[in-house]
Amino acid sequence: MNGAASGALLSVRDLAVTFDTYGRTAQVLDGVSLDVPARRHVALVGESGCGKSVTMRAIMGLLREPPARVTAGEIIFEGHDLLRLKPRARMGLCGTAMSMVFQDPMTSLNPVFTIGDQMRAILAHADRRLGRRRSRAERHARIIAVLGQVRMPDPERIARAWPIMLSGGMRQRVLIAMALLNEPRLLIADEPGTALDVTTQAQILRLLRELVQARGLALLMITHNLGVVREAADYVHVMYAGAVVEAAPAAALFAAPRHPYTRALLDCVPMLSGGGRFRGIDGAPPDYTSPPPGCRFAPRCAAAMPRCRTAPPAFPVGPDHRAACWLVEAA
Amino acid sequence: MEFVFFLIRRLAWSLVVLAGLSVLIFLIARVVPGDPARLAMGPRASDVQVAQLRAEMGLDRPLPEQYARYIGGLLHGDLGRSLLSRRSVNDDIRETFAATFELVLATITLAVLIGIPLGVAAATWKDATVDNAVRLVAILGAVTPSFFLALLLQILAGYELHMLPTTGRMAPSISFVPDITGLMTLDALLHLRFDVFADALRHLLLPSLALAAATTGQIARITRSSMIDVARQDFIDAARAFGIPARVRIWKYMLRPSFVPPLTILGLEFASLIGNAFVVELVFAWPGMASYGVRTILQKDLNAVMGVVMVSGVFFVLVNLAIDVLVGFVDPRIRITGAR
Ligand SMILES: Nc1ncnc2c1ncn2[C@@H]1O[C@H](COP(=O)(O)OP(=O)(O)O)[C@@H](O)[C@H]1O
Ligand SMILES: [Mg+2]
Repeated sequence: MNGAASGALLSVRDLAVTFDTYGRTAQVLDGVSLDVPARRHVALVGESGCGKSVTMRAIMGLLREPPARVTAGEIIFEGHDLLRLKPRARMGLCGTAMSMVFQDPMTSLNPVFTIGDQMRAILAHADRRLGRRRSRAERHARIIAVLGQVRMPDPERIARAWPIMLSGGMRQRVLIAMALLNEPRLLIADEPGTALDVTTQAQILRLLRELVQARGLALLMITHNLGVVREAADYVHVMYAGAVVEAAPAAALFAAPRHPYTRALLDCVPMLSGGGRFRGIDGAPPDYTSPPPGCRFAPRCAAAMPRCRTAPPAFPVGPDHRAACWLVEAA
Repeated sequence: MEFVFFLIRRLAWSLVVLAGLSVLIFLIARVVPGDPARLAMGPRASDVQVAQLRAEMGLDRPLPEQYARYIGGLLHGDLGRSLLSRRSVNDDIRETFAATFELVLATITLAVLIGIPLGVAAATWKDATVDNAVRLVAILGAVTPSFFLALLLQILAGYELHMLPTTGRMAPSISFVPDITGLMTLDALLHLRFDVFADALRHLLLPSLALAAATTGQIARITRSSMIDVARQDFIDAARAFGIPARVRIWKYMLRPSFVPPLTILGLEFASLIGNAFVVELVFAWPGMASYGVRTILQKDLNAVMGVVMVSGVFFVLVNLAIDVLVGFVDPRIRITGAR
């Protein structure tokens, strides 16, 4: 079943990405598969370093090649295989069909242009690509309107400001406004607000959720915050060491995690597992330059069997609860 | 507001430096062996005549008094008289400064127009052939002495190919006096004399190319590394994700934040440009202040040396102040916080 047939807005299939650094090749993504249905809120969770950001960058076409190399897989968005699209055509989707909310608001705005200048450029280039005719005044009105929608006080003043004049929370709102400016169908958010304090971060997440829901956008969000996932996500993908190891509707995942890694991850958050005792996952993620031949989690897995160390379990495709684990296969 | 204070601080500091410079040059010029009055009068003048000149120029007074007099004149804009020509140093410098200024301005224009695109190209195609070629050219430009380049250009483009004039600021057949700014090209334009403008440009080209090589190399190098730094920043990825095309990302979103280091370098390069200008001026018979300065040093023409050094110093300070303002314009962070 391919992405178009599955009805998903975005389908990633068996995506593999390597990084060539200092003569060594790191197989950082090794068979990532995920689906984002239209208008749904999909969460991507996993320890830091497991390849979530690389996945996002591959989808948005932001990987620098070299050192990165997409060695296998496909990324289907609205029926187009992005990896086989001409660079121009692919670039043409950025900002208009799909857009991204960046993680660090302090470094993601150009310091030498005003907010208004940067937003005007985003609108103007999209207008040109889409053959939309719009006057300067209309563009300005649109910018002010979207700044208002992200609850910026005094949008006119913000449009004239340089990034350095704004707080982190305000800059994050500006980044959200920029991503929404051209009404994309898919919004990708990489741990939005983690660079901010907890209160501001919570506000940003709530705002993002409201905006996405009001517009009926699909949201693919990376987050560390499993509480947020449980509260807001429709669907969850769990990544470990460069692959999606479990995928399920949020409720099902929290009720009955199937992959040992997911269980370990949920155990790390006492409120969610109800265990009340915080503990990390023993051991460290594998080295990407020489990953174990079988299941990448096997060296840290309490339930590992001999076959786990030789053959990687397959990840079934489908919309329901799935896990890449021999235990699940056997059951 | 912070930025204005920042500029005022810089200016105040520059004045201190200029004052120090005046003392230093004053002492050095007088400590160097050789009697300036004797040098000026020539070996056949009598001791009485020499003593007379010395008295006339105040060279028989104690050093502090000489310095006080000099500064007194300087504050009124009077650079004193040349020992050699007995003309006012002001007049000599007024005539020669414009020529050097025009040469340096043309050099900087060339260095920016060539160096920045080279740096941008090298950064855009980092580690590719373009980058290697640019780096090689930048190093060659930096290590080739300007007199060598000047002679090479003069021989090749001038004598062999007869493409461009090899001496002076203007063809002898043209009568034109740059009476507005002293800059041949600018005044020609202001008088709507386009023939003169074209001729002045043709005369400027070879000397400014010879002088520009080193600075161009520097600018290309600095622009390249600065662009490579900026290219890694999140905001460049963000611009891409928001659909800003590559051309705009490179020439606007990356270049402008990369612009401060090459601008700063340009300010510093000014000092060495004026220094290097004298060789180029000699080769191309360019009637400029740099070669005038060297002549006066060789002849120990005290007031003229002081005049050239002080004018160069003030020029350097003004240029760097202008660059500070420009930097503040390019990067609002500096303008807003007044820090750099
Ligand atoms: N530009 C790069 N060059 C080399 N390796 C990289 C690069 N970017 C990411 N990686 C590797 O990819 C792995 C996954 O990174 P990332 O996707 O950022 O993790 P996270 O899940 O925390 O977002 C990291 O362990 C890192 O080693
Ligand atoms: Mg990340």
